[in-house]
Amino acid sequence: MQPEKMVSMANQIATFFETQPGTGQAKKVADHINDFWEPRMRIQLFEHVDAGGKGLSPLALDACSYVRMPAD
Amino acid sequence: MTQSFIHDDRDMGTPAKEGAPVTLTIDGFDVTVPEGTSVMRAASEAGLKIPKLCATDSVEAFGSCRLCVVEIDGRRGTPASCTTPVAEGMQVRTQSSRVKDIRRGVMELYISDHPLDCLTCGANNDCELQDMAGMVGLRDVRYKSGKNHYDISGNGTLAQGDARARAPMGDLGNPQYIPKDESNPYFTYDPAKCIVCSRCVRACEEVQGTFALTIEGRGFDSRVSFGAKTDNAMASDCVSCGACVQACPTATLQEKSVIELGTPERSVITTCAYCGVGCSFKAELNGDELVRMTPYKHGKANRGHSCVKGRFAYGYATHNDRILNPMIRDSIDEPWQEVSWDEALTFAANRMRGLQEKHGRRSIGVITSSRCTNEETFLVQKLARGVFMNNNTDTCARVCHSPTGYGLGQTFGTSAGTQDFDSVEHTDVVIVIGANPTDGHPVFASRLKKRLRAGAKLIVIDPRRIDLVKSAHIDAAHHLPLRPGTNVAVVSALAHVIVTEGLMDEAYIRERCDWDEFQEYADFISNARHSPEANELLTGVDPAELRAAARLFATGGNGAIYYGLGVTEHSQGSTTVIGIANLAMLTGNVGRKGVGVNPLRGQNNVQGSCDMGSFPHELPGYRHVKNEDVRNIFEDAWGVKIDPEPGLRIPNMLDAAVEGTFKGLYCQGEDILQSDPDTKHVAAGLAAMECVIVHDLFLNETANYAHVFLPGSTFLEKEGTFTNAERRINRVRKVMAPRNGYADWEVTQLLANAMGANWQYTHPSQIMEEIAATTPSFANVTYELLDEKGSIQWPCNESTPEGTPLMHVDGFVRGKGRFIVTEYVATEEKTGPRFPLLLTTGRILSQYNVGAQTRRTANVAWHDQDVLEIHPHDAELRGINDGDFIKLASRSGETALRAKITDRVSPGVVYTTFHHPDTQANVITTDFSDWATNCPEYKVTAVQVSQSNGPTDWQEEYNAQAEQSRRILPAAE
Repeated sequence: MQPEKMVSMANQIATFFETQPGTGQAKKVADHINDFWEPRMRIQLFEHVDAGGKGLSPLALDACSYVRMPAD
Repeated sequence: MTQSFIHDDRDMGTPAKEGAPVTLTIDGFDVTVPEGTSVMRAASEAGLKIPKLCATDSVEAFGSCRLCVVEIDGRRGTPASCTTPVAEGMQVRTQSSRVKDIRRGVMELYISDHPLDCLTCGANNDCELQDMAGMVGLRDVRYKSGKNHYDISGNGTLAQGDARARAPMGDLGNPQYIPKDESNPYFTYDPAKCIVCSRCVRACEEVQGTFALTIEGRGFDSRVSFGAKTDNAMASDCVSCGACVQACPTATLQEKSVIELGTPERSVITTCAYCGVGCSFKAELNGDELVRMTPYKHGKANRGHSCVKGRFAYGYATHNDRILNPMIRDSIDEPWQEVSWDEALTFAANRMRGLQEKHGRRSIGVITSSRCTNEETFLVQKLARGVFMNNNTDTCARVCHSPTGYGLGQTFGTSAGTQDFDSVEHTDVVIVIGANPTDGHPVFASRLKKRLRAGAKLIVIDPRRIDLVKSAHIDAAHHLPLRPGTNVAVVSALAHVIVTEGLMDEAYIRERCDWDEFQEYADFISNARHSPEANELLTGVDPAELRAAARLFATGGNGAIYYGLGVTEHSQGSTTVIGIANLAMLTGNVGRKGVGVNPLRGQNNVQGSCDMGSFPHELPGYRHVKNEDVRNIFEDAWGVKIDPEPGLRIPNMLDAAVEGTFKGLYCQGEDILQSDPDTKHVAAGLAAMECVIVHDLFLNETANYAHVFLPGSTFLEKEGTFTNAERRINRVRKVMAPRNGYADWEVTQLLANAMGANWQYTHPSQIMEEIAATTPSFANVTYELLDEKGSIQWPCNESTPEGTPLMHVDGFVRGKGRFIVTEYVATEEKTGPRFPLLLTTGRILSQYNVGAQTRRTANVAWHDQDVLEIHPHDAELRGINDGDFIKLASRSGETALRAKITDRVSPGVVYTTFHHPDTQANVITTDFSDWATNCPEYKVTAVQVSQSNGPTDWQEEYNAQAEQSRRILPAAE
């Protein structure tokens, strides 16, 4: 998908969890992405982060370290 | 062979009552009935039929015909059994020479003003007047033909045919004669046959709640009238629900189909295939010719009521546009070629397998249908998971109630709606938010309106002044006309008022919810930024009105929330669902009758399609594919390895198609090109695929981009089950053979087997057995139990063997109810100088979804095109008059349609429907979506409206492409 769209989707998720009380928000964002994003979407996210992660909010960027790399 | 499955559905005369048991004796037989029951109904219960004309059990007794008189020991005179309640020890005689004389006298009077055309009458063989004349032994009419309502010429004949024959041409010698009103496409009103029993008027009031009918005049001049004397049925407020036709004892209100085809001789109980209410119907037939659909009294969702779609709009099933032969083509610019089933399936299977070999296992997927049965949907997702070997399966719930799944799952532990529809009868305060039940869920709306007329209070939260806000005998206590996109702010403001004014049900929260999470939530929501006053600029809602609404909901007794796609189809759809769950928990309104959180589901089986594992991340029963134990259940049952990764959702499929990694789609019974947002993007995605298989009744819009067309079957042509919005599993029964040759589950099986599977189902009940064996919430469901009970609400398993009408009765499914913080985040879709108005979309009563079915019925008489509702202020600024062709543009695209000027919408807001592909409202909507589920933001699009001369270039190109794409070559010899 268009990178801007993907970035905006990741940021939307991060925005929700950012408002939640408690700690470990990056993990919660990543859990959501792991549960709902198909492997090629997650791969695209990793590629975008490797290319500098332009546009991703700090929390979304943080979350990427907890996003699971698809096995195949 | 042709079992009917009808449980006793005799007319008991008056409605059932609840109360302490009362025993009386009728004609020597003891009978025990609830207090408040009429003598007439008690007699019926005992199997003793009392003659009647003005009574029927769908409406309260009226006592006008005097045919049901009886004798009661110790009482003077001959009371009407319909209006006389039973009493302990009462001794009733239904037959005595005195009452028999009275009844014959009454019948004689009725018949003296009724034409004797019985043999050629549309109600012949289905006429209560005829039956009663027989039952009371009417053998003569002593009155001379005189002043009457039926004789066209006034020349004194008893039969209309004779009168017409004898009258000079065009002679209307009888001023009392009113010609038949044939304006409604589905039924006629023939005043000549009316006995003025008022059953139609009362049904319109009590059952439907529209109050379109009335009795004009007094005495001999009394006539049934559609509103004003000059109105006909179509010009009136009538919504064509059929309740009056159902109630009419004569041919006065008669289905045109019965007039044309004759009275039906057999019936089969089945379930409507339109909306999520899931009404039960009697399909009434002669042979395999469907004569009419009548609402089934024992249907637990509809309780004997219907709407114009289910009752009348079934003609699409036999429409000429139906495609009955499979078709293929190499590319979408070629015409279709009709081929054999074998050839089509082999072509499709080879292409799909070829794509997987070339582009990988995950390059193809399916879209299951929310219009097909549970069994069919189960097979389509099984095709993806077990034959395609990936989880690329999704369904139209993606674009409607996916946020409900997320929001209620997080807060309550299950996405299930909490109540049954009967629950509304115990409600004191109703919030309707982002739903328009009188149009979208009409039969539920009638049940809701009945409760409102009995005194329940209503709060409507909607940008438009929907009909429920103010209509006959309905006046919402509060209407909060919020700006589209600000649901979270309004719901949070309601919670703010409840918490800061101490109106919450603390005992309930302490007992049933997580107290720590509640305290965090209470801190959050108490912040002044959530107050109605602080939010007013954002939401446009009067703070005083909002505070009053919050107080009413928190303190008004049983509070129930009903919501629809106006809640879910937003970038914060899931957050609003969470906010609604918070409101219900705050006020202690989950876990008993009369309360709850009630998602009004759109399509007939959208609940079922979700239950059956249509979502790419969930196996049947809402269990994530990442869980090995769940995968194991299906791996053992199917003998395959299931992919542990979530698959693509519909918008993701389209994105992946555009970028070239998703190449093949099997789409059953859904028209994504018309129904999904941002049409140009959908078209680009479809055009980029190399094998699109459309399995449908008609060459729908999506089929313009298809390579394989597999003909589908209608709900009348197959066995199966639908699950409605109250989790009620209803049987769908085959009433005629599939015109296309196969039921849809058979077609999916043929495709699977062509791709190497070895499925051997010979009846959908075997699929249900597989569902029950693998899915705990369906563990006890069988066709036998469904036949016995009529319907079952899941969960239905060992602990709830007969189903579950109410959820969370002894505590929430997840354990403690969970309060979740709901911060308002503005959508990125913003108005500005180029696009200063906000468009919101919806639907209307007579059309259904993309209109593929209803546009192919006489329902077009009510809505033959989509129109744009615009406020007079906005119209005047733009020089737009009512009925003008206007151009509607957003950053996604533009289309042209006609304007309707109305103050139902607020200034700054415009509204349209998406029923017609010529308008294609979704070319305007954007690809923004819910943060959690990707449910599209249909309800908020920044637009501009301007004057126009006709269709836009895009519309013309679209129509040309569609026409080109629908060419069919004759079959090869």
